Amino acid sequence: MIEIEHLSLAIHDTPILSDVSLQIGKGEIFGLVGESGSGKSMTALGLMQLLPDGAELVGQARLDEIDLLTKSEAQMCALRGNELSMIFQEPMTALNPVQTIGDQVAETLLIHQAAKPSGARRIARDRLDRVGLSHIGMDSYPHELSGGQRQRVCIAAAIALHPRLLIADEPTTALDVTTQAQILDLLKELVAEEDMSLLLITHDLAVVADMADRIAVMQTGQIVEQGPTADVLREQRHPYTRALFEASSHQPERQDQAAPEPLLQVRDVVRTYPGRRNGLIQRGAPVRAVDGVSFDLHAGESLGLVGESGCGKSTLTRAILGLEPVQGGAITAFGKEVGPEMPNALRSGIQVVFQDPYGSFNPRWRVERLVAEPFHLMPTPPSGAERRDRVAEALSAVQLSPDDMTKYPHEFSGGQRQRIAIARALITHPDIIVLDEAVSALDVSVRARILDLLADLQEQLKLSYLFISHDLTVVRAITDRVLVMQAGKIVEEGDTETVFSAPRHSYTQKLLAAAPVLDIAKETPLDALV
Amino acid sequence: MSRLPASLIFGAAVSAVFLLAALVSFLWVPHDVTNLVIANRLQPAGGAFVLGTDQFGRDILSMLMVGARTSIAVALVAVGIGIVLGVPLGLAAAATRGSLLDEVIMRGNDLIFAFPSLVIAILITAVFGPSALNAILAIGIFNIPVFARVARGGALSLWTLDYILAARTAGKGKLRISAEHILPNIANLLIVQATIQFSLGILAEAALSYVGLGAQPPTPSWGRMLAEAQTMIYTHPMLAVLPGLAIVLMVLGLNLMGDGLRDLLDPRLRRARG
Repeated sequence: MIEIEHLSLAIHDTPILSDVSLQIGKGEIFGLVGESGSGKSMTALGLMQLLPDGAELVGQARLDEIDLLTKSEAQMCALRGNELSMIFQEPMTALNPVQTIGDQVAETLLIHQAAKPSGARRIARDRLDRVGLSHIGMDSYPHELSGGQRQRVCIAAAIALHPRLLIADEPTTALDVTTQAQILDLLKELVAEEDMSLLLITHDLAVVADMADRIAVMQTGQIVEQGPTADVLREQRHPYTRALFEASSHQPERQDQAAPEPLLQVRDVVRTYPGRRNGLIQRGAPVRAVDGVSFDLHAGESLGLVGESGCGKSTLTRAILGLEPVQGGAITAFGKEVGPEMPNALRSGIQVVFQDPYGSFNPRWRVERLVAEPFHLMPTPPSGAERRDRVAEALSAVQLSPDDMTKYPHEFSGGQRQRIAIARALITHPDIIVLDEAVSALDVSVRARILDLLADLQEQLKLSYLFISHDLTVVRAITDRVLVMQAGKIVEEGDTETVFSAPRHSYTQKLLAAAPVLDIAKETPLDALV
Repeated sequence: MSRLPASLIFGAAVSAVFLLAALVSFLWVPHDVTNLVIANRLQPAGGAFVLGTDQFGRDILSMLMVGARTSIAVALVAVGIGIVLGVPLGLAAAATRGSLLDEVIMRGNDLIFAFPSLVIAILITAVFGPSALNAILAIGIFNIPVFARVARGGALSLWTLDYILAARTAGKGKLRISAEHILPNIANLLIVQATIQFSLGILAEAALSYVGLGAQPPTPSWGRMLAEAQTMIYTHPMLAVLPGLAIVLMVLGLNLMGDGLRDLLDPRLRRARG
């Protein structure tokens, strides 16, 4: 039983948490939901006493009889990994790359002197088997495993000593949907089996809806609502819960305006990479990242491209943008061939918005110069006042102030940066915009607004979108037609609604089954919501 | 605002004192260092000669000031050679990662690294004659691969970022991207490396002139002052201590400044400092 009472936290006098209270029962899964900056991770780190320097924590936190906040650092070391342990979002960096996975799981046991080295390895093997890695050797290194497998190793290490509380901080955010479903199932099983408590921290309402017994919704350091999952999601008493819920299943208003003529044609495109070197000169067989892909993008259409990581969608994107050559087939846009040698005029017709709102801009440039960069494609780039007018126009189009052009990118939030990225894509008045996971890194409420913006712009400017994403909900919300990609091939293609409601290919069916769904509202009669 | 690291303040202050002394020496020195007045030989510190005189009657303070000028000039130009040649090579290698050009540049670097630098510097000055210019060239050549490596390493991590991809979709070539996006963003790495190489250059110059292969008489230099004081180290230890101290302080100051700049400019360390 975990009891947090009136927990408040300030870091360097900036308030982070105020008056957070919650209880997690034995064998219970407790979901802590909120957007970035809401303080959900800080609550967990506060429990673990792993807060950054300058943090001041007041209140109470008890794990059964243990008063966590009065423990010294040495006493906490004995508790961490033993009574309470934690897994993190990024399984790529949570493991030490130069240690074998067996050693890393056994390490927990050795630190807490729960076993002798030989015994620790035996227990580690046993734990790895339990998390579904019986086919993986103890001597494997993290880089030899997939993301999902690495997260399983982290889980094995975290549960090695049968902790009373496991904290999972966004454990599946970095994983593909099918992997996410497996990891969530595993966590569920472990909670039942070990009779431990699980604090599941996530931004994704759909994940907790499927998993948690009770949830708490956090906003700006406070818990605004908590209770049994079904009740909270059905009643949505607090306006923020309602806003979060609506944003999660947000459907921008769109009109079908696809014209019959194709703007972009992709025909039998093959993109190979040289195989792995297996000697000084010799190389293995080339890897076919994109393997005979064909599709059309029509004027004014919004086309989705769905697939899990490694399916070749990013490679295909770079080929469509003319950044890399293709080894077979052809890509044509506006009737002209696309490739690394394509003329600038053609390039200015296809622009792109990337996923990462933080890596998308040169940190040393001001917004005006950043947004104006694609002007390089024009034979006579506008300069001086004309350039400023065009940048101001693009910024207004994405609902930013023209005054923002004198600022640096770090002065903006993630959502605002994504607007700047869209402004940069619009500046040359392109017909096609490739959106490469453009909303994946954003919080749900910000994502809903960006999707609205994209729908508006499409209608006003008659844009064609190629919308690349792993997020099925988003693709369903914004696209007319969808392509499903697996291992370099398009396995299914069709109208978005048809594909989503009646998938034909087994892979599409698997993807849709794995995606967590927020379906509580659908089961509820409409009048109960009012 | 974040506080400046203490090592930066101290290092910059020490370096500034030497730089100032070197600059002042162009306009004014307490006593002419080319004039040998044997009557004034081996004067103790204090009086007309603040730090005393050497066995030829030259004022030590004046010699240290003019010597600082030599050391700084040699090290500065040598660092300049490294930056001007090394950075473009590193940027070119990063821009064409995995190509033949990249291989040639990096293996060329390895080749230079494989030679013991001071021995080669001695060889060069011995073959082409001892002079400040040859010392500069000898030290400068070994700065090229250092800067090429730092530039390539920094640039490689930037090439994977989205804004570089965005610049490529804006039709910009590799040359332009390297100049507009890569170079300004690795400038902090280069500045830090330049401070470190600068201090190594001072040491190398002192070593070369110690063995008589650096700046030639009558131009004073710290290394030769040390060498000339060697025979009198038991009778007049200050003759050796003072130039030695100058070298140590200058190198220490520059290293501390480099460390401090790294703390200040590296965003990862900046976050760790809070």
